[in-house]
Amino acid sequence: MTDTVLEIKNLEASYGSVQALRGVSLSIQEGTIATILGANGAGKTTILKCISGIVDPRKGSIHYLGRAIGGKRADLIVRMGIAHVPEGRQVFPLLSVRENLWLGAYTRTSRVEALEDLEAVYRYFPILKDREKQEAGKLSGGQQQMLAIGRAMMARPSVLLMDEPSLGLSPKLTEEIFTIIRRINRDWGTTILLVEQNASIALQTASHGYVLESGRIVMEGPCEKLFQDEGVQEFYLGQKEETGVERRRWKKTRKWA
Amino acid sequence: MLNEFLQLILSGIAIGCVYGLVALGFVLIYKATEVVNFAQGELMMFGAFIALTMGGLQFMPFWLSVVLAVLAMALIGGAVERAVIRPVLGQPIFSIVMITIGLGFFARGLASLIPGWGTLTHRLPTPYADQTVAFGELVLSAGHLMIILVTIVLCVLLFAFFRYTRMGVAMQAISQNQLAAHYMGIPVARVNTLIWCISAAVAAIAGILLAPITFVHANMGLIGLKAFPAAVIGGFGSIPGAIVGGLIIGIVEALSGRYLPDGIKDVSAYVVLLAVLIIRPNGLFGEKLTKKV
Ligand SMILES: Nc1ncnc2c1ncn2[C@@H]1O[C@H](COP(=O)(O)OP(=O)(O)OP(=O)(O)O)[C@@H](O)[C@H]1O
Ligand SMILES: [Mg+2]
Repeated sequence: MTDTVLEIKNLEASYGSVQALRGVSLSIQEGTIATILGANGAGKTTILKCISGIVDPRKGSIHYLGRAIGGKRADLIVRMGIAHVPEGRQVFPLLSVRENLWLGAYTRTSRVEALEDLEAVYRYFPILKDREKQEAGKLSGGQQQMLAIGRAMMARPSVLLMDEPSLGLSPKLTEEIFTIIRRINRDWGTTILLVEQNASIALQTASHGYVLESGRIVMEGPCEKLFQDEGVQEFYLGQKEETGVERRRWKKTRKWA
Repeated sequence: MLNEFLQLILSGIAIGCVYGLVALGFVLIYKATEVVNFAQGELMMFGAFIALTMGGLQFMPFWLSVVLAVLAMALIGGAVERAVIRPVLGQPIFSIVMITIGLGFFARGLASLIPGWGTLTHRLPTPYADQTVAFGELVLSAGHLMIILVTIVLCVLLFAFFRYTRMGVAMQAISQNQLAAHYMGIPVARVNTLIWCISAAVAAIAGILLAPITFVHANMGLIGLKAFPAAVIGGFGSIPGAIVGGLIIGIVEALSGRYLPDGIKDVSAYVVLLAVLIIRPNGLFGEKLTKKV
C-alpha cells in the first residue's frame, strides 16, 4: 500500500464570476504518475494552479504529505517540494538556458547538490547542454519544453505537476518527452501529476487517471480501465477505428513494463 | 571656443548622469512591476533632505550621513511599496500611476511642513564643495566630477548585481515572466519590495549628488520631468538606455542653454524625446520582445 502524497477534496475555484472548478476531489499516491484528462476549458490548469498556490481555492482542501497547503504562498509550496511545468513552457526568454535552469533551483540551499542535478538534467536533455549559453527565447518549441521540464527538475521536487507537455510538439518529440517523463518517475521516484489533452499517450504513461468535465471529475480509475471505457474512447481518443490502433500500441508498451 | 564647448559637454554629462540615475529608478520599478512611479523625483528630494538633516548633526561625518541617508531612503522606498502600492496591484495601471503622482504631491507637501526643511533652499555642505579639478585647460567642478564617477561606479555595481547574483537574476526573471517566477519559488512580492528599495536608494544618491549644484529644496524632485523623457528615450525598460537617455538630455540642455535663445533649454528634453520617438518608436534600446504575463 502506497502513501497518499497529494489529497484534494471538494476543490472549488473561480475567476471572478466564472466558476472553473466545482468540487474536485482526487488523491495521488507516492511515486506514481497520475493524469487528468479533459477538453479545453475543463479546468485542468486551474487544478494545478490551485496546488501551486497561484490561484486561491474558494472552497475545499489540498493536503500535501498531510499538511494543508490550499491558499499558501506559491514560493512556500515550491520550498515544500512541489514543482510546476507550466502550460506553454513559460521560459525566461532573455535569460540563457543555464540561467533558466539555475532559477529552477532558486529555493535550494546546497549549491553542490544543485550542480549535481544540473548535470543530471543535462544527461536527460543533452541538447540543453549544447545550448547552455543561448537565450531561452531562441530555442525551438520542443527545446523550450525540455527546458521547462529540466527547470522544474532543478528544484528536486517530490511532486512534479506537468501541464500539457505535449502541446505543440510533433508525435515523435511527444514520444521522446514522455519517455523521459517515465524515466524521471522511475529514476528519481518523483510523483507526477500530468495534465493532458493527448489522452492516448497520457493513459499509456500514467497508472491512474481522472476525467474532468466543466470543473467536475466525471470518471476516475486505473488508466487501463479508462482506456477501454467507451466514453473515453469516443470523446478523448478520437474515432473508433483509430482506437484499435491505439490499443495495440498500448498493449505493446504494457509488455515492456 | 572649443574649450567652452567641451566644458559645456562635461557639465551636460554630469547633469545627464543625475537624470539617468532618476530614470534608472523609473525603469527598475517599471520592469519588475509595470508600475510607472512618478514620485521617483520626490524620493530623490527626500534623500537629499535626509542627508541634509543628518549632515546638520555636528558629530556625524559627511560620508556617514550619506550612507545613512541612502539606507533610510531604501527603507522608505520599501515601505511605500508595501503600504501604498502592493495593496492596489491588480487595479488598472492608470489608477496606480495616478496614485504615484499623488504620492509625489504628498511628498512635496510633507517636505515643506517638516521643520528645518520647509520651502526654503538649503545648501548641503560637502567636503568637496567649491573645489575644482583641472584637466589641462579644462576645469571641472569637483561636484560635477563626483557625479560622473559615482554614476560609473553605481552602473558597474548594478550591472554585476543583475548579471551575477541570484537575487539579481531573479529580478530579471520577474521582469520577463512573473508567473514563471512564481513557479520557480521566487517570493515575487518581496523581491518587488526590494526593487523599490533599490530604486529609492539610487534616487537618494542622485539627490545627494545633485545637491551641491542645484541646492536642496522641496521642488527639486521636479527633475523627474526631465528624467522621465530620458527613460523613454532609452526605451523604458532598458537600464543602459536610461543612462544614455539621461546623458543625451543633459548634453542637449547644456548646449541649447548656451547657444540657443532663452527658453529653449527647458523644452529641449521634450524636443529630443519627440525626435527620438519619431525615428525609433521603441526608444534607443527598446526591446522588441513583448512581455508575457
Ligand atoms: N485568468 C482567467 N480569467 C478568467 N477566466 C479564466 C482564467 N483562466 C481560466 N479561466 C476560465 O476557467 C475555466 C477553466 O480554465 P483552465 O485554464 O483551467 O482550463 P484547461 O482545462 O486548462 O483548458 P486548456 O486545455 O485549454 O488548457 C475556463 O472556462 C476558462 O475560460
Ligand atoms: Mg490548461
